[in-house]
Amino acid sequence: MVRVDGGGNGSSLVRVRGLDKKYQRGSEEIHVLQGLNLDVDAGDFVAFMGPSGSGKTTLLNLLGGLDLPTAGTITVAGDEITHLSGSKLTHWRARHVGFVFQMYNLIPVLTAFQNVELPLLLTKLSKAERRQHVELALEVVGLKDRTHHYPRQLSGGQEQRVGIARAIVADPTFLLCDEPTGDLDRRSADEIMDLIDRLVREHNKTVLLVTHDPVAAERAHVVLHLNKGVLVEGQRVEEKAAVRS
Amino acid sequence: MAIPLSYNLNSLRVRWTSTVVAVLGIAGTVGVFVAMLSMAKGFKTTLVSSGSPRNAIVLRGGATSEMESAINLDQVHIIEDEPGVARDASGPLVSPEVVVIANFPLKATGTDANVQVRGVSPKALEVRDSAKMVSGRFFQPGLNELVVGRNVPGTYSGFELGSKVRFGGGEWTVVGVFDAGGSAFDSEIWCDSTVLDDVYKRPPNVFQSVTARLTKPEAFTGFKDALTSDPRVTLQASRELDYYEKQSQAITRLIQVLGTMVALVMGVGAVLGALNTMYSAVAERSREIATMRALGFGTGSVVTSFVFESLCIALVGGLLGCICILPLNGLTTGTMNWQTFSHLAFAFRVTPALLAGGLIFALFMGLLGGVPPAVRAARARIAVALREL
Repeated sequence: MVRVDGGGNGSSLVRVRGLDKKYQRGSEEIHVLQGLNLDVDAGDFVAFMGPSGSGKTTLLNLLGGLDLPTAGTITVAGDEITHLSGSKLTHWRARHVGFVFQMYNLIPVLTAFQNVELPLLLTKLSKAERRQHVELALEVVGLKDRTHHYPRQLSGGQEQRVGIARAIVADPTFLLCDEPTGDLDRRSADEIMDLIDRLVREHNKTVLLVTHDPVAAERAHVVLHLNKGVLVEGQRVEEKAAVRS
Repeated sequence: MAIPLSYNLNSLRVRWTSTVVAVLGIAGTVGVFVAMLSMAKGFKTTLVSSGSPRNAIVLRGGATSEMESAINLDQVHIIEDEPGVARDASGPLVSPEVVVIANFPLKATGTDANVQVRGVSPKALEVRDSAKMVSGRFFQPGLNELVVGRNVPGTYSGFELGSKVRFGGGEWTVVGVFDAGGSAFDSEIWCDSTVLDDVYKRPPNVFQSVTARLTKPEAFTGFKDALTSDPRVTLQASRELDYYEKQSQAITRLIQVLGTMVALVMGVGAVLGALNTMYSAVAERSREIATMRALGFGTGSVVTSFVFESLCIALVGGLLGCICILPLNGLTTGTMNWQTFSHLAFAFRVTPALLAGGLIFALFMGLLGGVPPAVRAARARIAVALREL
């Protein structure tokens, strides 16, 4: 159950309370997020929408431990991450977060296999186990036959699927997807959203998605709008189903 | 866990142009560094190998070289009678010697160069057992005959076996060539000391040094103590090895200091080249680095990764510089020995220790060129770098 009113029962997978983020640009102070509350349960698929500069990516960076808030707390699976040191946060990211980026962010000099293997290098898995996990992840995204291809040898949609395989290979607590279809044509975007949808339904992944694309947001269980630093709840999946019917 | 090495190696291959520039910069620096030190090493080795552990050289008290020394015949006899001096059937193995400088044209340039002409005793080959006749014969006492070191016929005009040479107001015949095992004697001309005194109108029976063959290396202390405590003479004795090592110090230091200075200046350039390469690598790959940090690679992994990359460049550069310099090994060149004011031929000696030193120097340059960009890569804000194109 996704809530933005700060009334979650404490069993949420992701729990955000009073989140503030301010930036200093010259003499001007920009208040991007203002006292934001959020509760997300395991297996939820949440889409964040909002105009450019509304703070969607900032929120995602804070949830992923890539940035620190000015005030407030973020608790994920019982761990409060807002007071972790830099190195602890790094370890936490490796264990709990799978990132999917708009520009895929694959390492161009590594093959698809090597790119997907990267998060596993931070685990204690043996080489054989790593190979098994990577092949499984590439199979899930339908790219088992592109194992030894370099990113430049793949289409945009295939690159993003490798990016998703990299995000899921270490079985993180949740996936953070920052406009994963933003650089793709409609057909490829739909394929990617199908894949993310399948990860939620079949593999019970928790996905937090930032998007400008209403079609992509349609797939989420709930759409939250960020406006002037505050989250506003949109339609829930049940409501959407009712509208459709 | 570290970032995979294949990431760095593939990145170097992809950015091969800047990699090659940095490699060549380091290779050139290491090459010059090793070449200069191998020159100093060759010069020192040539002089030091002139000494034997069983030989002692005696000079006038206070003299720093043969050129400043004078020893008369009475003193020679006293030296011959000191304990520890080896003997054969003909008596003590002692060679009183006279040294003069003569000018001869260099084959390579045609210009004159100073050559050390050493008047020795007929026992010189017994006293210096490292010197062996390789062609012709040894000079006959009392005759104007010369035997020359093996470098002499190749370095100066007119020293082929059997040829006549004019110097010091006399005419001499080259009757033999000796090999002194790559030592300074290979650049000398030897003749009978009595004849040399006569030709040069020097006072008879006055020598500049006496080289004594000892019964064993350990006999030196007893020999020296006896000589220096003898009230009849004011002489000083040194091990021949120590004497020639001291002789080599001035030039060796000069070459080492010059070589190190040149290498340091070039090294600054090479480090700047490596810095430039690595900073541009970091700038070009800021999003890749941020991605890896987002995935969970720590700042230590990033620093190690980029320092490794820089060290790879340095290692390849160092190896290339060392390989390029290897053909210099054994190459003979010559310079003025300031202690004797004579021309000395010596060979570059590229030793494993110098090559190892060159590689260490290269890795040091790589470290200097790699650490600051690596630290910058590790300190960049992930959230900002992820958005960079």
